[in-house]
Amino acid sequence: MAILVLAEHDNRTLHPATLNAVAAAQRIGGDVHLLVAGHGAGAVAGAAARVSGVARVLHADAPQLADALAENLAAQVLAVAGRYGHILAPATATGKNVLPRVAATLDVAQISEIVAVLDADTFQRPIYAGNALATVRSADAVKVATVRMTAFDPVAPEGGHASVESIPAAADAGLSRFVSRETTRLERPELTSARIVVSGGRGLGSGGNFAELLEPLADKLGAALGASRAAVDAGYVPNDYQIGQTGKIVAPQLYIAVGISGAIQHLAGMKDAKVIVAINKDPEAPIFSVADYGLVGDLFTLVPELVAALG
Amino acid sequence: MKILVAIKRVVDFNVKIRVKPDRSGVDVADAKMSMNPFDEIAVEEAVRLKEAGTASEIVVVSCGVAQCQEVLRTALALGADRAILVQSDEELQPLAVAKLLKALVDRERPQLVILGKQAIDDDSNQTGQMLAALAGMPQATFASKLDIADGRATVVREVDGGLETIAVTLPAVVTTDLRLNEPRYVKLPNIMKAKSKPLAVFSTAELGVDVAPRLETISVSEPARRSAGVRLPDVKTLVEKLKLEAKVL
Ligand SMILES: Cc1cc2nc3c(=O)[nH]c(=O)nc-3n(C[C@H](O)[C@H](O)[C@H](O)COP(=O)(O)OP(=O)(O)OC[C@H]3O[C@@H](n4cnc5c(N)ncnc54)[C@H](O)[C@@H]3O)c2cc1C
Ligand SMILES: Nc1ncnc2c1ncn2[C@@H]1O[C@H](COP(=O)(O)O)[C@@H](O)[C@H]1O
Repeated sequence: MAILVLAEHDNRTLHPATLNAVAAAQRIGGDVHLLVAGHGAGAVAGAAARVSGVARVLHADAPQLADALAENLAAQVLAVAGRYGHILAPATATGKNVLPRVAATLDVAQISEIVAVLDADTFQRPIYAGNALATVRSADAVKVATVRMTAFDPVAPEGGHASVESIPAAADAGLSRFVSRETTRLERPELTSARIVVSGGRGLGSGGNFAELLEPLADKLGAALGASRAAVDAGYVPNDYQIGQTGKIVAPQLYIAVGISGAIQHLAGMKDAKVIVAINKDPEAPIFSVADYGLVGDLFTLVPELVAALG
Repeated sequence: MKILVAIKRVVDFNVKIRVKPDRSGVDVADAKMSMNPFDEIAVEEAVRLKEAGTASEIVVVSCGVAQCQEVLRTALALGADRAILVQSDEELQPLAVAKLLKALVDRERPQLVILGKQAIDDDSNQTGQMLAALAGMPQATFASKLDIADGRATVVREVDGGLETIAVTLPAVVTTDLRLNEPRYVKLPNIMKAKSKPLAVFSTAELGVDVAPRLETISVSEPARRSAGVRLPDVKTLVEKLKLEAKVL
């Protein structure tokens, strides 16, 4: 049976997280179909059709699909679910919101944030903030799973020649309504796909310090900015900067943790980075136990020095 | 308005868990157990809605072993009115919990059901969404602000790009994110008072739910461990290392 992957998008562009989910689908084996549900999202359907390894694109377009409301998007997935043995989505806020709804309606389990495909029924997923890896086998007729992006190298966004099939849009459930969106301006690479991440914690002391110290460093490195929960809770930076067990998961080539102690909930979101640098004045800070390179000292002198040394 | 709040008893967030040597699971036998932190936020939100006069009754539910009574008593001490324990010694996966909660929703007919966004043991982030599907309710997950008015909940949600506001009709399911509120501490006199609040116990059979697990755990292993690297004397050495040794610059 074919595998359905729910495409992540904003009606204009296909989100790269989709490419990681397609990669996971390819590991399962079978034709991979992408579902593009949106409004005025023709360009997304076009981009989806060019994704390497995708056999078919299902495209549903209607106003009630514009904002990825869980009720309407789940209904759209369910409208085509009968054709598939596996239904996947990237483990984004949208994927996590919608897929459990799909699974429950199908009376099957959902497997959250798979990090490995062992066979068509068997998957690996982290539990306890990534301190354990569970291998689970599903006996359900349909396997519904979200895919942790960092665990699967993306397929190529170009090179495919899938057919695009227009499908009828599911009706508006009438239960929910989109009101507004307050998006963080993104002049930098996106956190979850950035090659370098500069991340700040409570040690920065204020939003002003966070910006003054870490933005120049991120600019020098072409890096994305991230943060610990403490920095978000204190209002230094917006919520979508949070990295960790209950925030975003990143696995960049280089992660620079500044004024972050390294609580297990934070490590859960970044310990798969290739190289970790920690800057912290406390030599006992747990972040040093995962850091490849540690600088013990005051971030208020070390960070400007680092910016200068980068030339 | 009646509010139902689902709370899970989990290994405390401060405990560093260990995988059993035979890889059959995680060793939690002697671990400190607590209310899932997201569920503390859920209870707090319900209590605030009651204090504001929006809610009239708060019912808290936990599914699991007899010791879940402890977290239910904590919730009662925080301001919930009554508690329900769905007692079971079996492994309860999110779909099973969602079905148990659905059975209770059918009995209790709450206008609002609040759950945590995620249990910090299984890290599933599913149960609220599943319950909403089974109960035919709208869902507002990852809430960082909740307003109830005119038969609707207006909810600010924490999403990947920032914040999003949606409005859902009641009855609805809401799941909490970290910034929804800051839970209060339990006061000692309230712990005593909570002992006399009602706590009902159901079996899964009484609720007519088949809780058989759908996912079989084949093994639980320890992830690849990172070892501590080196401490460097200065920034200059760091830049050299990043360029020449790690080759990431
Ligand atoms: C349910 C739950 C979910 C959670 N989810 C997450 C999550 O997803 N992500 C996350 O990050 N956390 C999460 N946490 C919180 C986590 O437990 C920690 O509280 C948090 O990560 C701490 O953030 P921090 O390291 O910035 O702050 P702190 O632990 O306070 O550390 C600050 C560090 O800065 C250093 N410092 C201070 N001043 C200086 C200076 N001048 N120069 C150099 N160093 C300095 C200090 O030595 C210290 O190590 C969660 C917690 C719970 C209960
Ligand atoms: N056994 C349980 N008893 C009561 N509530 C639960 C239980 N399991 C999960 N929940 C609720 O569902 C939320 C999400 O859990 P999960 O989907 O397992 O990550 C939790 O924060 C609780 O509110």
